[in-house]
Amino acid sequence: MIRFRIIKRKPLPGWAKIVIPIAAILATLILAAIPILLAGGHLWKSYYYLFHGALGTRYNLLETFVKASPLLLTGLAVAFAFRAKFWNIGAEGQLLAGALAATVLGVNMGSIPPVLVLPVVIVGGFFAGGLWASIPALLKTKLKVDDVVSTLLLNYVMIHIMGALLFGPLQQPGSSWPRSSAIVEAACYPILMPRSRFHLGIIISFVAMLIIWFINKKTTFGYQAKAVGTNIRAAHFGGINTTSVILWTALISGGLAGLAGVGELCALQYRLIMDISPGYGYSGIVIAMLGNLHPVGVLFSSLFFSVIIVGAQTMSRMTGVPTYIAEVIQGMALMVMLIFLLFTEYKIKVQRK
Amino acid sequence: MIAEFLDLAFISGLMGATMRMATPIIFAALGEILTERAGVLNLGIEGIMLMGAMTGFVFTYSSGSIWFGVFAAACVGMLLGFLMALLSVNLGLSQHVSGLGITLFATGLAMFIYRLHFGSPTVPPIIQPFKQVALPVLSKIPVIGPGLFTQYTLTYIAWLLVPALSILLYKTTIGLKIRTVGENPVVADTVGVNVALTRTLCLVAGGALMGIGGAFLTLAHQNMFLIDVIGGRGWVAIAMVIFGNWNPLKATIGALIFGFLDGLQLRLQSIGVVLSFHLFLMIPYLLTIIALIGVSRRAAVPAGLLKPYRREEKGG
Repeated sequence: MIRFRIIKRKPLPGWAKIVIPIAAILATLILAAIPILLAGGHLWKSYYYLFHGALGTRYNLLETFVKASPLLLTGLAVAFAFRAKFWNIGAEGQLLAGALAATVLGVNMGSIPPVLVLPVVIVGGFFAGGLWASIPALLKTKLKVDDVVSTLLLNYVMIHIMGALLFGPLQQPGSSWPRSSAIVEAACYPILMPRSRFHLGIIISFVAMLIIWFINKKTTFGYQAKAVGTNIRAAHFGGINTTSVILWTALISGGLAGLAGVGELCALQYRLIMDISPGYGYSGIVIAMLGNLHPVGVLFSSLFFSVIIVGAQTMSRMTGVPTYIAEVIQGMALMVMLIFLLFTEYKIKVQRK
Repeated sequence: MIAEFLDLAFISGLMGATMRMATPIIFAALGEILTERAGVLNLGIEGIMLMGAMTGFVFTYSSGSIWFGVFAAACVGMLLGFLMALLSVNLGLSQHVSGLGITLFATGLAMFIYRLHFGSPTVPPIIQPFKQVALPVLSKIPVIGPGLFTQYTLTYIAWLLVPALSILLYKTTIGLKIRTVGENPVVADTVGVNVALTRTLCLVAGGALMGIGGAFLTLAHQNMFLIDVIGGRGWVAIAMVIFGNWNPLKATIGALIFGFLDGLQLRLQSIGVVLSFHLFLMIPYLLTIIALIGVSRRAAVPAGLLKPYRREEKGG
C-alpha cells in the first residue's frame, strides 16, 4: 500500500519567497479556466480581455490603481494585525467606521479653513477605524473573548449602526434613500491626473505601505509585535507588555482600514451609501495571506486583485462570463496560496508498505 | 398599544416566527458543534450556508421537487465540508484561514453560479416554497399550539436533530470517539481512533447540516435567492456554539433567543411600531458579544480545537 505523509522539510532559500506567490498566482489563473469554461467563455479571449481590461488603456490602468488603493489599505490592515496574531476579520466594519466618521466630519465642516478640512477628515477616519478595532482587542486582552468571532460580529453591528444613521440623523434632507448629504468640496480628495480618477488616496495608501514596512522592520514596536505573534507567552516572559502591543496593533490595523473607507468616500462617492464597500475588508484577508503578511507582498497582491476585479468587468462585457468570476478567483487564490505556503515548510513523502 | 402586544394572535405569531427564524441557526449550529467537537473550527460555515441556499433554490427551480433541492443543498454542504477537511485536516493548514478561504470561495461561487443560471433578470425568479404543516392534536393547544406546532417540516427535523446529536455525542461509542479526537487527538490516535478520518467525516456531516440550514432560507423562509440571504447567520451560529458551551441543547436555546429577536423585529414592524429596524437587527449581535464575555470564563472549549494533528509532531 502506498501512503502519503506530510513531513517537515529544510528551510527553502530566500528566492522561494518570491517564486512561490508568483507560482500560486499562475496556478490560480490556470484553475480559473474551469469556471470560465463552464460559463461558456472562450478561454484565450477571456484572459485577453481580463488583462486588457485592467492594463490595456491609460484610463483602465489608472482605474486599476484606484481599485488597488482600498485593497492595499485593508490588506495592510489585516497583515499588520495577523503578524501579531490579532485575528482581525473586522476590516470591513473598520472601513465603514472610517467612512462614517469622514461623512460626519466632511458634511459638517464648512466653517473651518478649507486647508484644514481634509487633514481632519483623514485623521478622524483613521481614529474611527482604529477605535472600532480596539473594542475586540480590549475584549481579547481583558476578557479573553475570541477575536475572530468578535471582529466578525462587530462588522454586522457597524453595518446596522450605519443603516440606522443613514435612515435617521445622517439621511440627506428630502431623500427617501439611505444616503447622506454630500461632503463639502474641501473634504474631497484631489484628483492628481487629468481625465482619470487617480486620486490622493492612492498616494496615501502607498505611503501607508512604506510606513508599515518601516514599523515592521526598523522599530522596537515592530519587533515586539512580531514576538507577540510568534509566541505570546515567551514575549510576555521576555518583558513585553503584550496587552499594550495588541491594543496598538489593533489601533493601527483598524486605522488603515478606516483610511480605506475615507478614500472610498472622499474620492469616489462623495456621500455615504449603504454599499460603499463591496467587501474590501474581506478581500483584505486574502490579500494579506497572498502577500505573506509582508507589506511589499501585500502591495503586489492588491495590484493583482485589482487587475482581476477591474479586468473582470471588461471580460464580462465582452464574453458574458459573470463578473462574480472575480470573487471566485479571489477565493481560489487564497486556497492555492495556503497550499503553496504549506509546501515551503513541509513536503509530501510517499511511503510504500 | 399594550393591548396589541398582549394580543393572543400576536403572541402566537411571535412564537411561530421565533421557531422559523431559529431553524437555520439550529441546523448550522448543530453542524458546527459536530465539527468543533472533533477539533475543527469551520469558519467556512457562512459560505457553505450560502452555497446551500443557492443550490437548494436552483435545483428546486429546475426540478420542481423541493426535497430534491434540500438533498442537493446537503450534498454541496458535504462537498465543501470535505474541501475544508482536505485543507485543515489532511494538509493541516490554519483552521481560521482555510475556513475563511472556503467562505470567500463559496460566496463567490454561489453568486457566480446563480448568475450563470439565471442571468440578471429584472424580476428575481421564484419557486413554490415549503408549506407549513400543522401537527395533529398539538397544534390545537390553546395559545401556544397554533404558533409552535404549525411549522415547516424542516423545522420539525431541526427539533429532532437536537436530541439526536446530543445522544450521538454523549451516549454512543461514536460520540466518545469524536469527543476524544477533539479533546486529545494524541490519546485518540494511541487507542486506535483514526483522527483524520473522524475529523473528515464530522466536517462532511456538519457541512450537510449547514447546507440544509442555508436552503431553509430560500426554500421555506423566502421563495427566492438574494445575495445577502444568509446575512451573517453563519457567524451567529458559531457564536451560539460558544454561547452554548458546545452543547446542542444549550446552543439551540441561544438560537431561539436569536429567532425571538429576529421575529419580534419583523412583528413590530408589521404592526407599525416606529423604531429603526437597523437598531433592532443589531441587538442579536450585541447580545452575542455580551454572551461571549460571560462564556469565555467558563468555556468548555474542546482542547484540541484549532490544532492540526500530524503524527510526526506528537505533543507539538
